[in-house]
Amino acid sequence: MIEFRGVSKRFPDGTVAVDDFNLVIPSRKTTVLVGSSGSGKTTLLRMINRMVDPTAGVIEIDGDSILDRDPVALRRSIGYVMQNSGLLPHFKVIDNVATVPTLNGVPRRKAREDALELLDTVGLDRSVANRYPNQLSGGQQQRVGVARGLAANPNILLMDEPFGAVDPIVRAELQQETSRLQRDLDKTVVFVTHDIDEAFLLGDQVVILEKGAKIAQIGSPREIMANPANDFVASFIGADKGKRSLTIHKTEHGSILVDSEGRPQGVLTGGPGE
Amino acid sequence: MNLLAEAFAWIFSPDRLTGSSPLPAAIGLHLYYTFISVLIASLIAVPLGFYIGHTGKGRNAAIAISGAARAVPSFGLILLLVLVMGVTQKPLAATVAFVLLGIPSILAGAYAGLEAIDRRTIDAARAVGMTEWQILLQVEVPLGLPLLIGGIRAGALQIVATVVLAAYVTLGGLGTYIIQGIPLSRYDMILGSAIVIVALALALDGLFALLQRFVVPRGVTAGLTQDIRTTSSRRRAVVGSSLQEGKG
Repeated sequence: MIEFRGVSKRFPDGTVAVDDFNLVIPSRKTTVLVGSSGSGKTTLLRMINRMVDPTAGVIEIDGDSILDRDPVALRRSIGYVMQNSGLLPHFKVIDNVATVPTLNGVPRRKAREDALELLDTVGLDRSVANRYPNQLSGGQQQRVGVARGLAANPNILLMDEPFGAVDPIVRAELQQETSRLQRDLDKTVVFVTHDIDEAFLLGDQVVILEKGAKIAQIGSPREIMANPANDFVASFIGADKGKRSLTIHKTEHGSILVDSEGRPQGVLTGGPGE
Repeated sequence: MNLLAEAFAWIFSPDRLTGSSPLPAAIGLHLYYTFISVLIASLIAVPLGFYIGHTGKGRNAAIAISGAARAVPSFGLILLLVLVMGVTQKPLAATVAFVLLGIPSILAGAYAGLEAIDRRTIDAARAVGMTEWQILLQVEVPLGLPLLIGGIRAGALQIVATVVLAAYVTLGGLGTYIIQGIPLSRYDMILGSAIVIVALALALDGLFALLQRFVVPRGVTAGLTQDIRTTSSRRRAVVGSSLQEGKG
């Protein structure tokens, strides 16, 4: 469990990125922080591994304040996956994945063996192991990034808009993989995105943030969709534009769902419509 | 016989191997001064440049100082130091002058090399738990090496050209023939030794060019045809080329 209590962050230039933020992130679930740019979501994420230190407040992991912990040791115990993969260009794929275990003193041979298995886990062919990141596609690089995040077998995995820079088809694939990995590996995942669809797809708990990391609504995708807390949330999730209010439209081949503009959005299988 | 032919005749004359100042010995001494000065200048400028590049502290001061230092006339600096440190300390004074002239390029190469690295790469290295030293040694130095070598290349050329002036304070080296040749109107000797100096500088430059190419990390050249960023970083690797630095 990760807990933010009264956390604020004021940057030296006076901008307040986060103001008195409180949140409990449950273990072994995916929590998605979603908001537009300037909502402080990335700042919040980077506070968890002390890439950013709060100017006020406490952040605890399982009841222990992280501010008492050595930042380097803390970061090695938490997986981190970032946009544009953040791979080291001069390390081979296999050594990128093995970076953290090697830093932790695992013998290189063993770290590489484990890294090969991780390539399987994230759905990469082992043949990429000896290539350099620049020789891979964006989607493959992102998978390597995920493998690196998992390499030290951390309980917590932080993901900072990891799929922002890949094309929509690859993104959909990676999103599916991410939820599969979370189910299989049982990690506490904290995921940052500006894409509400991605948030609803991946999140067990979704936190919608307004400017200054003010929580607009927090809940499961189901709760938020059924009952947007205010106009901001309704507009953010697209409910006000009718994108999410679907009506049943009966056709001769069965019922389809259309949005308020009459555009078909899906089919109805089972339930009261049949 | 034209002058150029005479100059080459002077270079390859068997007399160059004998007498009070044989040519191979002059070349050796010239290279010795160059090597020692580049070495000392690197020992000072590389750690300093890495510090500036890694922390971002003192960057403006470094730019100002290295910019100003490039405008210092080499000849004046040598004479000044010889006067200040005393005529008995000529070799030391001259070496100090060479070192001072070599430092700006090397310093610039060292910190520019670190600065040219994608900030996200360094941020990522820190976020996965590298210590500052590990970031420096495992990420910044390997990726910044081509630019550093470029800086050393420029500094070495600067020094090899300036060592010619050492002859003015009777320290030997290839400048000796020029100094001796002028009052004797021995143009074959002047041009001949000038040709040797040029050849030496070109050889040194070629050597560094090869080294610079050689130290580009494999991963950075790997995706060259498809990745725009690696292409640009290769172009940057030639920043400190002799063309910009050819003052002596």
